Amino acid sequence: MAYFYALTVFETGNYMNLFYHFGKYILLLKSLFVKPEKVSIYWRETIRQMNEIGIGSLGIVAIISVFIGAVTTVQTAYQLISPLIARSVIGTIVSDSTILELAPTITCLVLAGKIGSSVASELGSMRITEQIDALEIMGVNTPSYLIGPKIIAAVLIIPCLIIIAAFLGIYGGVLAGSLTGILTPEEFSIGARDSFRTLNLILCMVKAVTFAFIITSVSAYQGYFTDGGSLEVGQSSTRAVVFSCILILFADYLLAELLL
Amino acid sequence: MIELRNIAKSFGDKEVLRNISATFEPGKTSLVIGTSGSGKTVLMKCMVGLFEVDSGGVFYNNENFSKMNINERKAIRKEIGMLFQGNALFDSMTVEENVIFPLNMFTDMSEKEKKDRVNFCLERVNLKGANKLYPSEISGGMMKRVGIARAIVQNPKYLFCDEPNSGLDPQTSIVIDKLIQEITQEYNITTFVNTHDMNSVMQIGDYILYMFEGEKHWEGTSKDLMTAKNERLENFIFSSEFLKEARKHYVK
Repeated sequence: MAYFYALTVFETGNYMNLFYHFGKYILLLKSLFVKPEKVSIYWRETIRQMNEIGIGSLGIVAIISVFIGAVTTVQTAYQLISPLIARSVIGTIVSDSTILELAPTITCLVLAGKIGSSVASELGSMRITEQIDALEIMGVNTPSYLIGPKIIAAVLIIPCLIIIAAFLGIYGGVLAGSLTGILTPEEFSIGARDSFRTLNLILCMVKAVTFAFIITSVSAYQGYFTDGGSLEVGQSSTRAVVFSCILILFADYLLAELLL
Repeated sequence: MIELRNIAKSFGDKEVLRNISATFEPGKTSLVIGTSGSGKTVLMKCMVGLFEVDSGGVFYNNENFSKMNINERKAIRKEIGMLFQGNALFDSMTVEENVIFPLNMFTDMSEKEKKDRVNFCLERVNLKGANKLYPSEISGGMMKRVGIARAIVQNPKYLFCDEPNSGLDPQTSIVIDKLIQEITQEYNITTFVNTHDMNSVMQIGDYILYMFEGEKHWEGTSKDLMTAKNERLENFIFSSEFLKEARKHYVK
């Protein structure tokens, strides 16, 4: 959808629209950096958001991670079946691809759907029911109060979710390997430890922080500037998920190029 | 006191407000009336800074609000209370949390002082005991009253009400109108109300401004309204045969 949108923009020569939204997004981010009216309230809101984003997403992250790890093990074994290749290589491939790609990227794509739509629809609903106007009238800096805690919470808690996802992904691989008899947990462990590099973990965390920022800021932008009624809230929510996913994939490639 | 000096506002090519000047005094309930699309809500949003005026200025006690920076505006906004057409209550918070929110955000009052102030405001709008209810659990009239309680909790100097009676039955409308009038007089607040409701106009209008297609078309008191010689205003106010008859009897 975003591809077709981008295509339409370029075909019609409406480049200014892209710059307009990019500029507006940057200005929104700039308005986050002001002194909070009351630090304790912002802190409480950040903790609430951490609970909502972190604990609220733990179940789906766990299920997805275990299954992705298991499927990767089975499919890698299917492709590498040869007496010349040690079975521990499966452990190497599964653990490396889980840490480098599957845990941060797939998890964040799923989180873009869950958190992104929730952030956009929450802010969009607040906008159309004049709750944001009410906060403005009170003298609250609304971007800072409504968006700031969400971004901070996501940047702090999503890396923790990614660590859990990576652990469960590898565990899923070990489980699938031993249950199907492809390789023993010891073989898996040898392969995983042989190839382990700290840089992989660093890249994983850099990706997690970057994707967390993209998910919350892009979704918040879409929700905050919703204009209209409930139909537009739905559209903002859809746009939030689509643009977050596209930008996650783009950032994923960029980070891999820069850091590897 | 709030003063409007030659305010104009356009959206693209469409001129929504044209050259509007008016003065709203403390302790009085000033009403802006007009058909839908006449610019009442835009005028109110310009006055509180949700929209920027294209020319002219909004003056709060002779200070030009339209030219102020964000921090100066924040200082004025702490003296403003606003009741929104759709109430704009925070759905995820209880009645008490809604009312206490501005106090939590902007004051250093103790928990007890805040609770006392909230209870006082809720009692003032006849909502004693509704503290723990959520907006989804109360009626439209109660929501309006919570909105008023939240608007007055910080002792505002200025109160803005955007169609406070929309969606309410006539009896509840009168209760809300009286409440707004009493609070205005009790605390000497400058109150500005947008309304279509003719009961409100007659009941609480100390000063009435009639808008037509973005312009100020008439101003006066509710008594002046009964004898005003203005065709558009007459058609708007006395739109039904019943009201036309009632007016004839009043004039006689």
